[in-house]
Amino acid sequence: MQDIYLDHAATTPLDPRVREAMLPYLDEKYGNPSSFHSTGKIVTDDVRQARESIAQILHVRADEILFTSGGTESDNLAILGHARMNKQFGNHIITTSFEHHAVLEACIRLEKKEGFEVTYIAPDRDGMISVDSIAKALRPETILVSVMYANNEIGTIQPIAEMGNMIQKYREEHNLPHLVFHTDACQATGYLDLNVEKLHVDMLTLNGSKMYGPKGVGLLYVKRGIKLEPLQFGGAQERGIRPGTENVPGIIGMAKALELAQADRVKESSRLEVLRNKLIEGILSTIPRTRLNGDKEQRLPNNVNISFMDIEGEALLLYLDAAGIYVSTGSACTSASLDPSHVILALGFPYEVAHGSMRFSLGHSTTEKDIEFVLKTLPPLVETLRSISPVRVDEKYWM
Amino acid sequence: MSHKLDPIAGTQGDVASHDQTKSWFYTDIVKEHFFHPKNFMEQDADESQFNAVGKVGSPACGDELRVWMKVDPETERIQEFKWKTFGCGSAIASTSMASEIVTENGGMTLEEARALKPQDIMERLGGLPQRKFHCSVLCDKALRDAINDFYRRENKFDKIVVESARIIDPVSKVTDHDIEEAVLEGAHTLELVQQKTKVGIGNPNCLPAVEELIRFYKEKYFGGK
Repeated sequence: MQDIYLDHAATTPLDPRVREAMLPYLDEKYGNPSSFHSTGKIVTDDVRQARESIAQILHVRADEILFTSGGTESDNLAILGHARMNKQFGNHIITTSFEHHAVLEACIRLEKKEGFEVTYIAPDRDGMISVDSIAKALRPETILVSVMYANNEIGTIQPIAEMGNMIQKYREEHNLPHLVFHTDACQATGYLDLNVEKLHVDMLTLNGSKMYGPKGVGLLYVKRGIKLEPLQFGGAQERGIRPGTENVPGIIGMAKALELAQADRVKESSRLEVLRNKLIEGILSTIPRTRLNGDKEQRLPNNVNISFMDIEGEALLLYLDAAGIYVSTGSACTSASLDPSHVILALGFPYEVAHGSMRFSLGHSTTEKDIEFVLKTLPPLVETLRSISPVRVDEKYWM
Repeated sequence: MSHKLDPIAGTQGDVASHDQTKSWFYTDIVKEHFFHPKNFMEQDADESQFNAVGKVGSPACGDELRVWMKVDPETERIQEFKWKTFGCGSAIASTSMASEIVTENGGMTLEEARALKPQDIMERLGGLPQRKFHCSVLCDKALRDAINDFYRRENKFDKIVVESARIIDPVSKVTDHDIEEAVLEGAHTLELVQQKTKVGIGNPNCLPAVEELIRFYKEKYFGGK
């Protein structure tokens, strides 16, 4: 049986070219970049080069890149670090109700324990956040706005550049130098433009393991002049803001992965878009009582998120797993809390619709044959689960 | 028939199997019942064929379970047990297993069926991950709902056992049922139960009663460990 991996939004396999680039640093190039001897210096130079290559792709300065352990740490450092450092200038934060938990939980922490006030902007039913809704929430005490570039569950692409522009104007007009704009771009790598100059963001999160790079490494772009309170303390690495011996193989791997993702971006995006549309249209036309979650146009080329009414996502996930198709659900039983997807709920749909949501995220390995196999396999499995379900969700809840 | 498994649950509600050796977090028995469920109601239910029905949950909370039973009015033994469930793998497997337990060997009497505990079902399944315990709780609740329905139809009202939630903390309005759910979800200490339910925060007088309930439910579902 052929395995069909359709969970690239969770993590991607390591690109063999990335692996190749990393290998020397797991072996002969073992030095500590902070050492003064030759063994260390070789590695110092290579890490510097990796940083510069990434900076070039993002259109930023090399000293504006902080290497971290991944997306979660980068998000935490951006939110907690900026808020704690700038509390005297204001205690208000704006984010969205369908952010990744790495942003949401950091905001909740600041709200519950550190005296901050957080405005959670709800997306519309198509999973879009309007520039206007952010503009309306801004006020003189606002020190931070954080909106994800593309949503990890439903793949909707937010108007980050327009938001960045608007925030920049507001900052200048109201003389609020401490107001900054952060975006979590983990899902965007490989598909969207990461040019920070065009995006007008002040901080940006990336994660190695979503771009065919290694796990355990990420970065935070932090615009010059922004001061962050560190989350950990120690040596002078990453300007003392993120101390700890560098994850050298990870950093080298991430730089290589980003370089490859950038080079293939346009071609791979249009290839996947065709497959994505085939999968969406195939499911919606052959399986009754299904809906596409998230805007059809403003959507990552690799994301398909469908709610299958009357059945619970985990059961379908396990049936697909047995057929060799690996997908993901943000619904009830995947999380310890047993709550269904906070993203689908944020769109304004009831629990019943959120419980049946399923994410198929395409990637390098995905072929047209894979999509055809999924379209052939899926309908009878949904049929079986519906036959043992007593539920029939009223159309008014999801149409 | 049932053999003792120790421990029944995975650790910390993670996705490890009960014996920590398999990455798939369901046992082969669970998988068998999940992929080939027994006794489910294939067509729309013809309720005239049954003399007791039960229902628990709602799709909003992630699980809904309906059961239909045919009970011999003389012997009060369960002759047939059909079900439909909206839920995850554990919920489907637990219900399927329960349907076998109550109908095998000539069928359980209603008295025996009422005494069926969630961990009896879990043991027969070879264990469930800890965070899935609540799934097997649902089917013994639906079963008891159906048993009451049978007695209601037979006008044997003295045999109906009403399970109403009792408020433990009048301030937070937390009930014994809420504490039961919290323990099932893995909160085994007062502090963890308080995190989940807010019980006793602002009304510490009720805490001894809460601790007693936590002990009771731990004993009931986890064998006091």
